[in-house]
Amino acid sequence: MKKLFYSQKLAPYVFVLPFALTVVIFWLFPIGNGVLLSFQDVLKKEWVGLGNYQRLLSDKIFLKAVYNSAKYMVGTLVLLIPFPMLFATLLNSKLMKKPGLFKSVYFVPALTSVVVAGTIFRLMFGEMDTSLANQIIAAFGISPIKWLKGEWTSYFALLLLACWRWTGVNILYFLAGLQSISTDIYEAASIDGASKWQQFVKISFPLVKPTTVYVLTISIYAGLSMFTESYMLWKGNNSPQNIGLTIVGYLYRQGIEKRAMGYACAVGLILLIIVMAVNLVQLKATGTFDKEER
Amino acid sequence: MKSQKSKNTLATVMLIVLFTILAILIIIPIYTIFLASFKPGGDLLQYGLNLGIDWSRMSLDNYSLLFTGQHEYWRWFTNSIILTVVTVVATLLVSAFVGYGFAAYEFKGKNALFVVVLLILSIPLEVVMLPLYKQMTSWGLMDSYMAIVLPFVAHASTIFFFRQYLLGLPKSLLEAGRIDGATEYGIFFRLIIPIMKPAFAAMAILNGMNAWNNYLWPLLVIRSSDKYTLTLGLNTLINPYGDNYSLLIVGSFFSIIPIFILFVCFQQYFIEGMTAGAVKE
Repeated sequence: MKKLFYSQKLAPYVFVLPFALTVVIFWLFPIGNGVLLSFQDVLKKEWVGLGNYQRLLSDKIFLKAVYNSAKYMVGTLVLLIPFPMLFATLLNSKLMKKPGLFKSVYFVPALTSVVVAGTIFRLMFGEMDTSLANQIIAAFGISPIKWLKGEWTSYFALLLLACWRWTGVNILYFLAGLQSISTDIYEAASIDGASKWQQFVKISFPLVKPTTVYVLTISIYAGLSMFTESYMLWKGNNSPQNIGLTIVGYLYRQGIEKRAMGYACAVGLILLIIVMAVNLVQLKATGTFDKEER
Repeated sequence: MKSQKSKNTLATVMLIVLFTILAILIIIPIYTIFLASFKPGGDLLQYGLNLGIDWSRMSLDNYSLLFTGQHEYWRWFTNSIILTVVTVVATLLVSAFVGYGFAAYEFKGKNALFVVVLLILSIPLEVVMLPLYKQMTSWGLMDSYMAIVLPFVAHASTIFFFRQYLLGLPKSLLEAGRIDGATEYGIFFRLIIPIMKPAFAAMAILNGMNAWNNYLWPLLVIRSSDKYTLTLGLNTLINPYGDNYSLLIVGSFFSIIPIFILFVCFQQYFIEGMTAGAVKE
């Protein structure tokens, strides 16, 4: 027995055992359980078939949550991919001799927890005319706004919070991608008379694609499963007309606050399906699958 | 030629201006909370966060409250440190063990299992959160740090990183170890762990940052207030009674400091850790 344990044949399985156990106990089992629960009314202890799902599809608040999460994800994709890519390209150019200090400063917001960052932004976007956001717009002659009570003004605050925390991190991702491109290619291109812009479009952009796909994948995941940012900005899970409610916020409200575990599990599984579907489309569109088949 | 050179200098200056402006914008929120840590908590409720400095209202009162006042802050702080250290040590050891298994051996079912690693990387934890919560309750693990640490010690992205790191490992090293009479596990513990130091550093920081800032899962699992972590505890101060806001602001500002010191000391590893997944695909 002892000999078998130490054999080269069995050892690899011992090495991966902790992961296999984790998958079974903490992923497969809960997902399976979640599927079963999603067909039940847990409070009444009865099976309801697809009832929870049917209810969800006509649940206006849930649809609002899906809309909010999707809107947030789209906003983060639009702001947190092109700009960091551009900034990284500029930081990486020979014109910038010491980008190190900038890189470190841009990274600092990622060190703050969402709890702290959300509190800071909630107070910066306060309703009083002395809050920072209202002071800034006052300089342009605009009267104070109740930022976190309006749909689009609060969307702006949420996106600004996301940009503040993640711009620096995404710059680092793109910098790492750009630095793996050989400088010879750029030299050859500039000898052939390609402008900086042409070099960016024809060389940097296509060659940094694996990084872009990676950032895209994690941004979709993070955008659709956002919760804490909104929980902090509105001091809890309730926002006026649910302008800050996300899919996970709704899952939390149903499962934890209202104890409707079955209904909440259906929300979780729909989230899983949405994330998987969006990422499949994205990986297909960016041609990531084709590359792996080759 | 000369005009080209001055054109380049101009471009450099413009870039530096652009990036300095960006840096200032990024620093502003931290600066406002730094300023606020010297202002009375009540002011914050009344005026919100801003860049105003009124010397007559600024004092070190919040700091003396933080260091000498009657509150739970330091208990939360200690809990967070304990939880972070335990999480990092356990996650690193287990994930490196698994990552080594993926990198060093060929075995049946390896590719399928590795696809599972990649799959889990792209599933939000929130999907399994509620059933997992139910499971933890029935196993009696509720309100324990075990429930926070255990499900994530074999951590998919950390395993992925270690596996990538170890792929370039020369197989001759393992053979040499075997010839010297080391067991398969002895090779890992005596030969591999010492050469993984840079990878450990990068992952320690990344996992440490996540554990220190973790919120939603501990919020579900932890019940008793003496087990609160810093993020949970700070959030209880959100109701503006008594000195809560003073402590919230100074405590929030202070909670950034340990992780900031780590960042300054090990900056290079931070950056490596963050970018590990992005390049190697």
